[in-house]
Formats: sequence, C-alpha cells, structure tokens
Amino acid sequence: MMGTAESDVIKIQEEFKTEALTPGQLMRMRFVRHKMAVFGLVMLVVLILYSFGGALFFSEAQANFTDTKLRLSSPSAAHPFGTDTVGRDILIRTIYGGQISLLIGMAAVVVEVVLGVLIGAIAGYYGGWIDGLLMRFTEAMFNIPQLFLLLVMAKFFGGSVPDINLFGRQFSGSVIVIIVIIGLTSWMYLARIVRANFLSLKEREFVLAAHTTGTSNLSIIFQHILPNSIAPIIVSGTLSVANAILSEAYISFLGLGVKPPTATWGNMLEGAYNYVATAPWLWIFPGLLIVLTVLSINFVGDGLRDAVDPHALIDAG
Amino acid sequence: MSRYIIRRLLQAIPLLFIISVLLFVLMINTGDPLSTLGGRRVTRPEDRERLSRQLGLDQPIYKQYLFWLIGNDWTKVDMEGDGIAETPGTRKGILRGDFGTSMVQRGKAVTEIILDRLPNTLILMIPAEIIVIILSLAVGVYSALRQYTVTDHIITGLSFIGYSMPIFFIALVSMYIFGVNFKAWGLPYLPTVGMFDPKIGKTTGQVLLHMVLPIFSLTVISAAGYSRFVRSQMLEVISEDYIRTARSKGLPNRMVITGHALKNAALPLVTIIGLDIPLLLGGAVVTESIFAWPGMGRLFIDHLSRSDTPVVMGILMMISVAVILSQLITDIIYAWLDPRIRYS
Amino acid sequence: MEPILTLENVEVKFQTLGGIVNAVNGVTYSVEAGKTLGIVGESGCGKSVSMLAVMRLIQDPPGKITAGRIFFKGQNLLEISEEKMEHTRGAEIGMVFQDPMTSLNPVLTVGRQIGESMVVHKGFSHDQAEERTIELLNLVGIANAEQRIKEYPHQLSGGMRQRVGIAMALACTPDILIADEPTTALDVTIQAQIVELTKRLQKELGMAVIWISHDLGVIAELADRVIVMYAGYVVEEADVFELYEKPSHPYTLSLLKSLPRVDSSGGERLTTIPGFPPDGIKIMPGCPFAPRCSFTVDHCRQENPPLVLIGKDHKIACWVDVNTGLERSV
Repeated sequence: MMGTAESDVIKIQEEFKTEALTPGQLMRMRFVRHKMAVFGLVMLVVLILYSFGGALFFSEAQANFTDTKLRLSSPSAAHPFGTDTVGRDILIRTIYGGQISLLIGMAAVVVEVVLGVLIGAIAGYYGGWIDGLLMRFTEAMFNIPQLFLLLVMAKFFGGSVPDINLFGRQFSGSVIVIIVIIGLTSWMYLARIVRANFLSLKEREFVLAAHTTGTSNLSIIFQHILPNSIAPIIVSGTLSVANAILSEAYISFLGLGVKPPTATWGNMLEGAYNYVATAPWLWIFPGLLIVLTVLSINFVGDGLRDAVDPHALIDAG
Repeated sequence: MSRYIIRRLLQAIPLLFIISVLLFVLMINTGDPLSTLGGRRVTRPEDRERLSRQLGLDQPIYKQYLFWLIGNDWTKVDMEGDGIAETPGTRKGILRGDFGTSMVQRGKAVTEIILDRLPNTLILMIPAEIIVIILSLAVGVYSALRQYTVTDHIITGLSFIGYSMPIFFIALVSMYIFGVNFKAWGLPYLPTVGMFDPKIGKTTGQVLLHMVLPIFSLTVISAAGYSRFVRSQMLEVISEDYIRTARSKGLPNRMVITGHALKNAALPLVTIIGLDIPLLLGGAVVTESIFAWPGMGRLFIDHLSRSDTPVVMGILMMISVAVILSQLITDIIYAWLDPRIRYS
Repeated sequence: MEPILTLENVEVKFQTLGGIVNAVNGVTYSVEAGKTLGIVGESGCGKSVSMLAVMRLIQDPPGKITAGRIFFKGQNLLEISEEKMEHTRGAEIGMVFQDPMTSLNPVLTVGRQIGESMVVHKGFSHDQAEERTIELLNLVGIANAEQRIKEYPHQLSGGMRQRVGIAMALACTPDILIADEPTTALDVTIQAQIVELTKRLQKELGMAVIWISHDLGVIAELADRVIVMYAGYVVEEADVFELYEKPSHPYTLSLLKSLPRVDSSGGERLTTIPGFPPDGIKIMPGCPFAPRCSFTVDHCRQENPPLVLIGKDHKIACWVDVNTGLERSV
C-alpha cells in the first residue's frame, strides 16, 4: 500500500475515532454532573409554583385579612404558619409575599442587565475618554456599599410612586421604587464583565470584517459582539437575581422597603427580632423561604458557570 | 514598588472626588431639610427664606458643593437677605472634617456623633474580619485537599447555605438558639441585646460576651463565600506545574501544601478581603439593629429614618473613604507580598 | 551490567469525560547506569506518562498505573511505601520538566527551591544547603550565584530558569536524571547550550540520563540508546548509531524522512506522515500504526506485533521487513 493518499488514511482512521462530544452535549453533561444545580432548578420550580400557584387557592384579600383577636398565634391547623402581629395568616402571606419578592428580584435584574450591558458595551467598544469616564464612574459607585445607597434612596424616593392597580390587585408604589433602585445600584459588576468582553472581542477578525463591509457601530455592538458575550451575562444575571432578592429583603427588613399591606418575604420579617422568643414562626417561615430561594439560585448559577467555563470544571467536584 | 503606591494614591483622588459629587447630588435631592429642621414653625415665607439663607440653600449648586467641601469660613455670607455678604461663614467643609451639625441632635457636630459610635462598630468588624480570614483559609484548604470526598461535598453544601442566608436570618437564628433556647434549656446562654448588661456595667467581660453573637452573624456569610474561593484557588494551584516539580523533588506532602501551594493560593485572598469591607459595613447596619448594638450602623438607620441628612451624608462619606482606603491598603499589601510585583 | 532502571509491561490508563484513555500499553525497556536513553515520539504517544509512572507522579484520579513493574536498583518502585518513594524522588531520581516558565514556583526564591531537597533528603542545615546551591549554580553555568539565589524565577531568563531546573534535579546527586522535553520551550541557541550542559554534567557526575523529546536531532546528539514510542507502545529500540543508520520500523523511517535536511536540494517536498495519531480510547485491532503505514500487509491489521529482537540489541514491533516490503520471517 505504498503512497496511500492522505484522505484515504484519514477516512479509515475516522471510522475508529471516538466521536467528539458536541459543545451542547458537553455543556449539558457538565451541568447535570453538577447535581446541586439540578436540585436548585427543581427547588426553584417548586418555589415559583408555591408563590404563583398558591394564588389559585388563596385570595389576596385573605393575605391581608387582619384579625387582631388571632394575633401572634402559633402554628395550628387553621393557620399552619401561625399569624403575625395583626392577626394575618402567615402561610398565605408568604405565598403573596413570594410573588412580590420573586418579581422584584427578576425585574431588578432586568434593569441591572440593561444598564450594565449598555455601559459596559459603550465603554469597551469606544474606548478612549468615554471608557475612562464611564469606568471612573463605575468604580466610584462600586466603592459605596450597596446597602447604604439603597437605604438612602429608598427612604427618600420611597413615597414618590403612587400605588398601582394591576390585574385587579393593588400594589404599593414602593415596589417600583425598590426595583429601580436595586437595578441602579447593582449594574457595576456586570458592566465590568461586559466591558472586558468587548475590549477583547472588538479586536477579533469578525469585527474587523464587519467594519470593512460598512456595518454600523450599533449593529456591530448588538448583532455581532454582544451575542458572543451572552454566556457571562447569563451567569452573572442569574446570580444577580439572588442578590436582588436579598437586597429587597434587607431593606424591607429594616422598614424602608416595600410598604405593607403589600407583603414581601423581607417586610414580613420587619421587627421580628422583638419577638424572637415569643413568636419565632414570624421569622422562621419567610426567612427559610428566602434562604431556599437564594440557595437554589446560587446552585443553578454555579452550575451554569461551570457549564460555560471549562476552567471552572476543576472545582466542579 | 513605591511608584505603584504613588500611582494608586493618585488614582484614588479623582475617585473620591466623583464619589463626593455623587453623594452631594444625592443629598441635595433628598428630603426637605427646611421642613425637618424648622418643623411646624417654618410656615411663613420670610422664615423659610431666613432659614434657607442660614443653611446656605439659596446659593447656586456649585457654590453649595464648594462650601460643603471646603467650608465657607474663608468668605462672608449674606445672612440678612440684603444682597450684601457681611457675616463670616462658620463651616470648615468636609475636607477639614466638618460635616455640619445634626438636625436631630440639635447643635451637635456630626463628626462628634459619628466618632462617638465608631469604636463600637470597629470592635465588631475587626475581629469579624480576622475570623473570616482564618476560617476561609482553614476550611478552603481543608476542603480542597479532600476534593471528591464526602467531607468536601458536605462542606461545599454548608458553604452554599452559609452565603445564601440573609444576615438578619443568621442573626435571628443564632439569637433563637444561643440566646433564647439555651436559656430555656438551662444551658449557659449568650446575651442578645446591647453592649453590656446595665445591671453589671460596661466591663470588658460583659462587652466580650455581648460581642459573640453579633460577630458570629457578621462572619458566617463572608467565611462561607471566601472558603469557596480559597478552595477553588487551592485546587487551581495544586494542578500547576510547579507543584508537580515540588513533588518530583520528593518533598513530603505537608511541605508541598504549606510551603509551595498555600502561599500562591492565599495571595488573591488579600485583594478579596479588601472588597469585603463594604459588605461587612452593610452587614453591620443590620446586625447592630437586631442586637441593639450602639454602633455606626444603627446610628445610620436611626438618623436616616429621622431624615437627619448631615449625619447620614457624613457617615456615607466616611464609609466611602474607608472603603477606598482599605482597598488601597490591601492592594499595597498584595503588591508587597507577591514577588512578581515587588521585584519587577 | 545490570540496568539501573527497568520497566516491565507497564500500563497507564486515564479516566476522561470521553472514555478511558490507554496512555501507556505494556511498555518494557531498561536504562543502564551512566548512559543516556533517548525516548522519541509524537505528542500523546505516552513517553512523558511512562516517566511520570516511574516517579509515581500520576494523579489519581484521573490516572492509574494498571499493570507492570518498575525496578530501580533491584526494588519494584510500585510496591514501596509513599515515604520511601518520596526519598527516591529527588534523592535518587531527579526530573526536569518542559516549561521553565511554569515549572518553578513564582513566589519562592531560586535558592530556596534548589536547597529544600537537600534539607529534606540529606539533612543539610540552611547554610550548608546555600553553600551547595551556589556550587550547583556554578556547575550549571549561572554566573553571580550569590545574587541569584535571592532572586525569584520571574527575574531570570528562560534558559537560566531551565538551568535552575536542572540544578534542582541534581541537588542531591541522583542516580538518574529524567529530562522531559527540557528544550522544547526554548530558543534553538539556548537549546544547544542546555544539551551541551547535560552532556558535560553526565560526564562529570556519571548519572544515567533519560531524555524525552520529539526532536530527532537532539536525540542524535545526546543518546547512547534510543526507544521510539507510538500510541503507548514501544515500536523500536536500538543503539543510537544503529537507529539512524538502519531504522527498521516504518514509523521511525517516516520520522527520519520528515526531518528537513541541510543537504537537500531544496526542491523536494517534506514528507509528512498522513493521518493523525490515535486518541487512545478506541483500540483498533492490529498494529496501531497500520492506518498511516506504507508497508502494511494483511497481518498488520489483524494482530498487534510484539517487540522482537531483529539484530544485535535492536528490537522492533513490526510484521514487515522495510527493506523487502514483505512479512518478516520469524
């Protein structure tokens, strides 16, 4: 068989080569290997069903129904999670509170992602003094602890949005305020990531090619470079939901967040430390729900991170 | 190395400037100090005008910022509203430590109020940070060396839970278990309110006892998060070529881990700790509120809820400076510790 | 003379996401004291892995030595305790690695990295170790040794770092020096220096050297004896002159033919070996080189040829005689 053509040789060898796994298969394999991530996903689905599905069984009126005769009663058949300081059923409140907490978490992340991507993309793409200015600004905001900023903004803009009526339900205007301010104070981390991505990607050939064919800058940013940066945005965005839910919980706990009677898991805990000994059910149930939600999101986010970054596989365990 | 320090210092200055502008803009737009300060007495327009002049609110924005920054005791202000500036100003500006006077505790300098409470927060935060560093190193390394084992999985799981908990939940749970239930079960229990028992007085022993639960609450989240970081750093370092070289020299495992791996793995922790300061400060706000600890965090909440803008802004400015400084210091420490930067 | 190191049917496998990789498949060879053995082959042929197996540095998971024996000075290294093995590594067998940039610890001084094996294995005090380190640095041709021992790896050039690597490996005067592609990451001129250095050191210190490379030119300069590896198997083994004059395995032939030659007329195309090396996961029946070989007969695709003696100290694993193109008669 002297002088076999290269193509023939490769054909024979190909038959015996192990099939390479597709990137999609590899990603899914890594994600599933991460059993915690799967567990987190399942848990999230359960929690979403609880909060939104639970509304099918209980009305909001029931959530806000006060009965001072029953105030601070411990868990019982009638009230499985007990009642709060004005006699409202805690179980039903956690259902409706969950809706708001989860909604705030996700909506705030939308604001955050929009801001972070815009600022990061513009800074990374245009460079020069625009980049310098935006990055100084980003760093300045980074250096002010988020909780402090949130508290100040919540206090002073808290009452600026009137209550809204949507789908026949009444929402405290503070919900909108909270969503906006959380978004306004969380975008910095994402902006940095997106900027770094853009800085490296804009030198690549496909961008240069797009330039030479006369594609507009805007188009290059959104149609060419951005789709290549999707992975870190998704990972960061997922983990940000956890942070947003926690942020809302923190400021509501301190009394400057969403105003009752609109319930959130955070504001249900307001003042609960006065009843640590006497009525632990006040804070145990909403608290546990927050922990479970944040934990699940962190699991999922961690799994996503491992799935898109092969280097992170080292500690996938 | 000294060039590096100078460069970082110079970078910090415009940053502080931008932060001061941001905070000032925030301050200007929040609340109406006139109504807060004057209360119901300020209804007549002449009174409002007079108050406005006294507080310097009638000046254009850039002048207000200037006076806020460097005071107005070097110039005269118009107190009588006749267009003639005749009264010398009394403010020194924040650059000289004058953050104005509190609107709630009338007449008392903001600086005094804050510095009064600052040490209380520091005695919570500094031990907390030290414990966080020690714990994350210990747990992270321990976990990394036992990768794939059940112990590692358990520690990883617990770490996840630890940093998924809001700090107030940790505080409440620890209060419940160690404060309430221990007492109920006749076990020695930990106090949950304030800095000391007023019946016993402010002794060192009392303060130490009262510090336990707040510090515990402050450390859990950070320790859990950073132990994961140390773990992944350690795993990465262990797979590096120079570790294989160390093993090929027949060095015992302990020496490879502590002498070769640890220093490389622990180094990034220095920078991370610098970034932790803002989080710890935020945690202090919540923790002090729950445990009724008389620190700066609780001061912030108290005065914020009563719209005492000077105190609030004073605290914010101090905190931002502290954050920038701590990052600067940790960066310098890092540069000093890493021979690649120190001897470049 | 009894060889100082002998590998017998050593097998090493790795568990990966894609399946089990058979990195080393029943490899047998020996090294004589004071002589240089060159191991040649493409990336992934198992040459480095077999050396890591000797040092018991295979990470488990994902790798494992699944079969074989490794005799060093009469003892099977695979059976001794980890403690004894630690002594063997560093004190009796030293290893130099490919990439001088990443093989040295960036946060420890050069002096510390060279001296520590002496402190551990020979009980030297720190002063004694420092003294000896300066000697070693001079030995490997690094000037200003007193200054250098306080410096860090990033302050040295690539060539100097590799010399440090060699000094580290030789610190306790081992019986064998294993060099795993030590010059691949270096400039050609520095490469020549390191090769010269190694030859000189061997003459002065008398240790055995195992030099792994894919570069036939370097092997020709250094080795007394050469083994050629492919897909985790030894396919040819001979004294260096014999190998270059009478290469008998088709793979060796192709390797030699693919070298650009100074005396070529310049118009010829470089011969390359068609196809690609197997990934070690799916094992085909027959000889692993058969798909890329120009000398195959039917037997080649049916049975994997064993390593047999075909001349004085010359072994190959092949069914075919490359001179005639016909199957070899046993």
